[in-house]
Amino acid sequence: MSDESLLLKIRNLEIDGITDERRVRIINDVSLDLHRGQVLGLIGESGAGKSTLGLAGMGFTRDGCEIVGGSVMFDGIDLINSSPQVKRGVLGKRIAYVAQSAAASFNPSHRIVSQHTEAPMFHNVSSRASSAEDAVELYRRLRLPEPETIGFRYPHQVSGGQLQRAMTAMAMSCRPDLIIFDEPTTALDVTTQIEVLAAIRDIVEQFNTAAIYITHDLAVVAQMADRIKVLLRGDEVEEADTERMLKAPREEYTKSLWAVRSFERKQKPLAKANATPVVSIKNVTAAYDETPVLRDVSFDIHQGRTVAVVGESGSGKSTTARCITGLLAPLSGSIEFDGAVLPPSYQQRDANQLKNIQMIYQMADTALNPRKRIGEIIGRPVEFFMGLKGDDKRRRVEQLLEQIEMDPAEYIDRLPSELSGGQKQRIGIARALAAEPKFIICDEVTSALDQLVAEGILRLLTKLQDEMNLSYMLITHDLSTVKAIADEVVVMKDGAIVEVGPKNSMFKPPHHAYTDLLLSSVPEMDPKWLDRLLDKRGADNIGDAAVAKMK
Amino acid sequence: MDNILLIWIAGIVIATFGLRHVGQYLPHPRAQLFFKRLSYFGSFGYVIFALLCVWMIDLYFFKKVIFFVWAVHGVIALVIAGYAFRVLGRLVGTEASKKLFRQMPVTAALGILVIIIYAVLAIFAEALAPYGQADIFAKVNVLPGGDPALGGDPAHLFGTDQIGRDLLSRLIFGAQNTVGIAFITTCLAFLIGIFFGFLAAAIGGWFDQLISRIVDMMMSIPQLIFALLLMTIAAAWAGSEQWLLTVYMIVIIAVLDSTRVFRLSRAVGMNIVVMDFFEAAKLRGEKLSYLVFFEIMPNAIAPLLAEFGLRFCFVFLTIASLSFLGVGIQPPLADWGTMVRDLAQFINFAAFSPLTAALPLMAAGAIALLTVAVNFVVDWLLQRASGLKE
Repeated sequence: MSDESLLLKIRNLEIDGITDERRVRIINDVSLDLHRGQVLGLIGESGAGKSTLGLAGMGFTRDGCEIVGGSVMFDGIDLINSSPQVKRGVLGKRIAYVAQSAAASFNPSHRIVSQHTEAPMFHNVSSRASSAEDAVELYRRLRLPEPETIGFRYPHQVSGGQLQRAMTAMAMSCRPDLIIFDEPTTALDVTTQIEVLAAIRDIVEQFNTAAIYITHDLAVVAQMADRIKVLLRGDEVEEADTERMLKAPREEYTKSLWAVRSFERKQKPLAKANATPVVSIKNVTAAYDETPVLRDVSFDIHQGRTVAVVGESGSGKSTTARCITGLLAPLSGSIEFDGAVLPPSYQQRDANQLKNIQMIYQMADTALNPRKRIGEIIGRPVEFFMGLKGDDKRRRVEQLLEQIEMDPAEYIDRLPSELSGGQKQRIGIARALAAEPKFIICDEVTSALDQLVAEGILRLLTKLQDEMNLSYMLITHDLSTVKAIADEVVVMKDGAIVEVGPKNSMFKPPHHAYTDLLLSSVPEMDPKWLDRLLDKRGADNIGDAAVAKMK
Repeated sequence: MDNILLIWIAGIVIATFGLRHVGQYLPHPRAQLFFKRLSYFGSFGYVIFALLCVWMIDLYFFKKVIFFVWAVHGVIALVIAGYAFRVLGRLVGTEASKKLFRQMPVTAALGILVIIIYAVLAIFAEALAPYGQADIFAKVNVLPGGDPALGGDPAHLFGTDQIGRDLLSRLIFGAQNTVGIAFITTCLAFLIGIFFGFLAAAIGGWFDQLISRIVDMMMSIPQLIFALLLMTIAAAWAGSEQWLLTVYMIVIIAVLDSTRVFRLSRAVGMNIVVMDFFEAAKLRGEKLSYLVFFEIMPNAIAPLLAEFGLRFCFVFLTIASLSFLGVGIQPPLADWGTMVRDLAQFINFAAFSPLTAALPLMAAGAIALLTVAVNFVVDWLLQRASGLKE
């Protein structure tokens, strides 16, 4: 490509983060070229510097970060050394930014369209009226429902996926040359994600806009980007065209990223028909105050098996878990443990019943008391349930730490804040194991983790299951996790069970229409996947639109 | 007069624009960049700051306003004392304490120093004060300074009040009474507030509603007026027993202030009880006392400590104001609030006789200094606590 089409040129960029008078290099000598109309995918784990690099593409750094070297040239304008006045003419007008959480980025007390018209009016691109007209057109192109009136709603009155598309429309309002998408679909359900992806790709192509697409999901970036750049702890690992990058990655690190998705454990044989399930959920109906959330849910979990409960947010997965643990008493129906009915509330259950049902949480940050040391966090259930004290307790804690593959001598006296995300999650597992339970509920245990780390956690869970014959209930919205370790799958929607079956048959047709939609919405590594899906189902028959038709 | 104001405004505006534009012609490239990036608001800030500096230099060196000169000397002395204390702390003591002092800002060192001095004065008041707090001497209205030519007396370095009591002694005893009572009151307020606040957060439901509505009712009455009202009733109960009235005052202020502590600890507690680790502990079947003391408490220390510092100052000021109004600490006990009230009218002499006006300022300064010192230390503790969290 010629030099004239070069839009963004970053050379030898170096960015430092400053914490407590200590400097940490966040971006180390990274260069990139972006041509008009091109989409560059930035890939990496958390802490790789993806977002920092993306923001630096606008000449901007977050508080506590500082550009210490290199240059950022946007269409001949030096974005680092320009005066604020010059930058103000570029940012928002020629470069736009789409943030990860649309819900947190919209001002909740203004209507969507009045936020949409703000930038065009500020930059004198168009008047309020013509920009509002244009908004309707953009909403139509992004396939938002009721494009004429949706702009007059407040952000909380539309769904997360719609809001994310409204934000993309807002970024388009000045017809920028470059849009930076910072994980725009990470917080969305798969069926919603697919709709947003299709809409973003479509509109970027229509206006020939260049884009930097930041994500940690390889399958997503495969659909969106022309080129992919892989980052690792602030260093560039490699960059290549999407096709080549997916087929033949050069570096070891990239290969390991690609390989993560291949972990899969064979499905165990089904339990005998007359075996007593460890946990049996029988016709449970539950509600928060007046709002019904679970309708007549029944399924069994047998010893040594993993049952995955999948569904979108709001489908009642976590509420089922709350009923099992006794945090929420069901309106009708019962929970049986080893054939005996459990009292509905945890306050009425005895120590043995509490001990046998343990839980591992999604956010390890809030699941561990930040003021307690690891030894105390794991030691408390050991003391509480097993009655061990002093040296016995410490030995047991050390044993547990070894089971989760962490060195006791190094970690026992640390605070949770001194651990990485994956290590914290391991401590959460150890705390559950400390009670020596028969049954563990894993609530989205890997969704906050990077793929390599998540794979480690899944391997650990399977290892522990084999050693101790544990039963798991795996709550997840990520179907690749299901594929990896589940034995049986329960699909939930709107508080009711849609389909139940063993894993192997679940990933083969035929299915209930909803299960089919869910499965087909999971992005695959093939760059042509989205095209084929759109050809097959049609642009109006994917995501939330398809769900709405089912009703 | 209008013209002068206009000239000032015009001058500031011109200087604001000028600073930013002229600055860009400085020879050094970094300086050029600095002024290029400087916004007009920033430039305005620098201009105002420069004017303030000029004004203060004028006050100190040319007009020689005596109170301002004292204030400058006082601040310089305090900063030097803070530095010296920090240096001392770095040289003497255990490894841990040395490390603590190395990381400490000067403000915190100063705060700690002042608090230590107040504490020593309060604890050893009997030994340190030259006279008793109730002793009356023949010489009344002796000015501070101890120079007979200026109306002072070497026997009473800080002067005497209208009925001839030694002010230095009363200041020292005042530390014991005012600070001691304020400390006890704050601790009591925190015990009550935290206890009910955490219970409300952990139990929730009707219990939370009940306690919260009672607290709302108490908070809806203006605090000082409520305190005055209750103190009037308490005065009738206490009769001639002065010490009993002091006990009543402690309880009354503690209960009234505990409503604020309750609000904070309930809010902090609410944020903690929704955390997963709290749920995990609940599902383990832990008792309420464990949940409150081992799950909520360690995470609530930092905000509560900050509140303690602020609350201590408020309690201390409430006591001073109650004493000022005549219903607080009763004579002959020395108290800073009472001292300010008794000597207040001398402030009218500020223009002719600064030493006379200094009489009420000494007690007022004692109050101000402690308030500032406590806040310095609290700020530092908060910063340390939040640093640990990250």
